[in-house]
Amino acid sequence: MTEIAFWFVITMTVLSAGVVVLHNQLIYSAMALLFTLFGVAGIYIFLWADFIAGVQLLVYIGGILVLIVFGIMLTNRISSVRLSQSNVQQGVGGAMAIWLFILISFVVSKTPWYKSDALEPIETVAGIGTLLLTKYLLSFEAISLLLLGALIGAAVLSRKEN
Amino acid sequence: MYELNTYLFVAAILFSLGVFGVMTRRNGIAVLMGVELILNAANINFVAFSRFGGMNLEGHIFALFVIVLAAAEAAVALAIVINIYNNFNSINVDEASALKE
Repeated sequence: MTEIAFWFVITMTVLSAGVVVLHNQLIYSAMALLFTLFGVAGIYIFLWADFIAGVQLLVYIGGILVLIVFGIMLTNRISSVRLSQSNVQQGVGGAMAIWLFILISFVVSKTPWYKSDALEPIETVAGIGTLLLTKYLLSFEAISLLLLGALIGAAVLSRKEN
Repeated sequence: MYELNTYLFVAAILFSLGVFGVMTRRNGIAVLMGVELILNAANINFVAFSRFGGMNLEGHIFALFVIVLAAAEAAVALAIVINIYNNFNSINVDEASALKE
């Protein structure tokens, strides 16, 4: 049963990612991205990362995807047919992407990765919280500053000049 | 299902698709979606290595930071895309060749 669910999630992720980059209607791409992000959240759950899966749902699906849909709606005349778009140089791009995939697969299958057994933790939130406020405190503060900067920057950029 | 390589292959497929999208899409927002795919692929790798390397939570911290960076990047990029749309009346990245009018 778990096996079936696992392969279902993997298939859904990969197929909808294909739709994201290949479909010529932007809004369908965005909807396919929703399924990809859901699938990635499912993969996180299979990898015992419950907190990251929750953050993925909240930030990616609740935040970034909504932003992207807003962007599509604001930059296209919805009533006209210009919502579609075409891809350019698909041959060269496809060849490059396949070559890249073959290269990565070769590296992945040839490298003897470090592995170590572990028991499934009950939850990961406590460990992540402790690490964030001890070892990674400086990075944590830096990234909160970066978020503030990005927020102000986005507001300044999208404001009408007068 | 309990193999590290399965996850790495899935991440490699997502990464290649993302690179394909970034290289071939003309629409700025579609390029952004390709970037999101690439970031997700990197995140799967971080979490997979964390899980199979003895449940080391530092991979999760990196994945969190990547998600936060993706949020900041999406906000700024969409502001830029909307500015490009106001200036050029289209968001095709090959037509936006000037920094200002």
